[in-house]
Amino acid sequence: MKAFTYERATTPAEAAAAAARTPGAKFIAGGTNLLDLMKLQIETPRHLIDVNRLGLDRIEATPDGGLRIGALVRNTDLAADARVRRDYGVLSRALLAGASGQLRNKATTAGNLLQRTRCPYFYDTTKPCNKREPGAGCSAIGGFNRNLAIVGTSEHCIATHPSDMAVAMRVLDAQVETVTADGAKRAIPIADFHTLPDATPHVETTLEPGELITAVTLPRPLGGTHVYRKVRDRASYAFALVSVAAVLQPDGTGRLAFGGLAHKPWRVEAAERRIGQGARAVAGAVLDGARTTPQNAFKTLLVERTLDAVFTSARA
Amino acid sequence: MDKHELFPVSRRGVLAAGVATATLAGGPLSAQEAPMAEGPPPTSPVTLKVNGKTHRLDLDNRTTLLDALREHWKLTGTKKGCDHGQCGACTVLVDGRRINSCLSLAVMHDGDEITTIEGLGTPDRLHPMQAAFVRHDGYQCGYCTPGQICSAVAVLGEIRAGIPSHVSASLEAPPEPSIDELRERMSGNICRCGAYSNIIDAIREVGGQGAGGKA
Repeated sequence: MKAFTYERATTPAEAAAAAARTPGAKFIAGGTNLLDLMKLQIETPRHLIDVNRLGLDRIEATPDGGLRIGALVRNTDLAADARVRRDYGVLSRALLAGASGQLRNKATTAGNLLQRTRCPYFYDTTKPCNKREPGAGCSAIGGFNRNLAIVGTSEHCIATHPSDMAVAMRVLDAQVETVTADGAKRAIPIADFHTLPDATPHVETTLEPGELITAVTLPRPLGGTHVYRKVRDRASYAFALVSVAAVLQPDGTGRLAFGGLAHKPWRVEAAERRIGQGARAVAGAVLDGARTTPQNAFKTLLVERTLDAVFTSARA
Repeated sequence: MDKHELFPVSRRGVLAAGVATATLAGGPLSAQEAPMAEGPPPTSPVTLKVNGKTHRLDLDNRTTLLDALREHWKLTGTKKGCDHGQCGACTVLVDGRRINSCLSLAVMHDGDEITTIEGLGTPDRLHPMQAAFVRHDGYQCGYCTPGQICSAVAVLGEIRAGIPSHVSASLEAPPEPSIDELRERMSGNICRCGAYSNIIDAIREVGGQGAGGKA
């Protein structure tokens, strides 16, 4: 690990200002992804700003009937919150499907949104990776890419976003609240928060330099049946091959978001209008324009079958 | 070039390092003030309460909680397995919650209370979970065992606190320490010898047949 200086921020605005004025600075919250990457020298911050003691660890009701989740709320505490379990079951289920008990105790809501891809070539510093080193090339295209993206890809990157939580946040239309270096606050719809790789795969979100996430807000509860179904290579503690977050209503309408398919949580609202036509019709619309490789082409059928299982379980 | 030229250590250099530490204690150094290419790596003062005893040290900022416990406080019960949060051998309890001590910086835990395997029980007075692991042969080589036991103690606490898991049929009903629940909740602790079934038997015994069993 490269050496770095360290400070404990006292307010969110001060943390954002410190990050903007200090070259090579990064925020550290749970640290479960950042420290892993620092040990491998994939991330080499020269300065860490510890945001763990900013008091952003509460879950509060919002005036419009939703929930405001502090950026530092740990995954375990968010999944176990009585209101989340009752009104946003898809979010509890997604969180509990991710990582291990130890990691969920440490990992934070904001950090989960900002975690980096687990593409094997991003982690392998002996191989080119446009995400790690812009312009170097992509080793995954033509390499081992069984678990990589099939939609929203570019000729520069086929990495996936690894989060389960973010998929549920997408189906719930959460908003990401931030404070910028000049103290201004803004709310970013989750749909606009993560970016596609295009020609700049090293850019993963629409955050500005130094901008700090302070909370994630959920709109008022949607009701309906909440399902999070994750398919992976082992029964626990593995990243998704394909995952589906669903909120399905008794009248046959619903919302669907997908993990394991793209550089961001994947949602195609037009596909949701086909829910009544069954899994194949929905999958076809969700995967419109998909570009698969011989290794990851299985994901197209897996999306359809996972959707079918979700629809079946929701009817039960 | 001999060793002394490669690593020149003078009384003056040591004093300068001491001053840098004092400055850091007073307020954070910015990255510009502390160029990484020169001088000793930046340190920070850290106070931890480990197994009831308070320790204070100036640590290189890069020191993980795991390395602080093992290398600085010589509490070698906690093991380094993968050092990347994948195996669970380094599991300790921080303010009662289990975490991977390899994926956390010691400096982030200033003021926290840490419990390691040495703090759960001693050879003369085993923690009930330690005794159960012995009784059920919940190990072979033993390397993952301290992490397994710390994790297991926390798992029973999480079940008692009503925290659901991926395999809980209901998000609202209180979870039970069933075999399926324990297997899911212990999935962050890898045992290369494959003692899993005996580990689950040990945890089941300590957890009793239903929620509310004693840990």
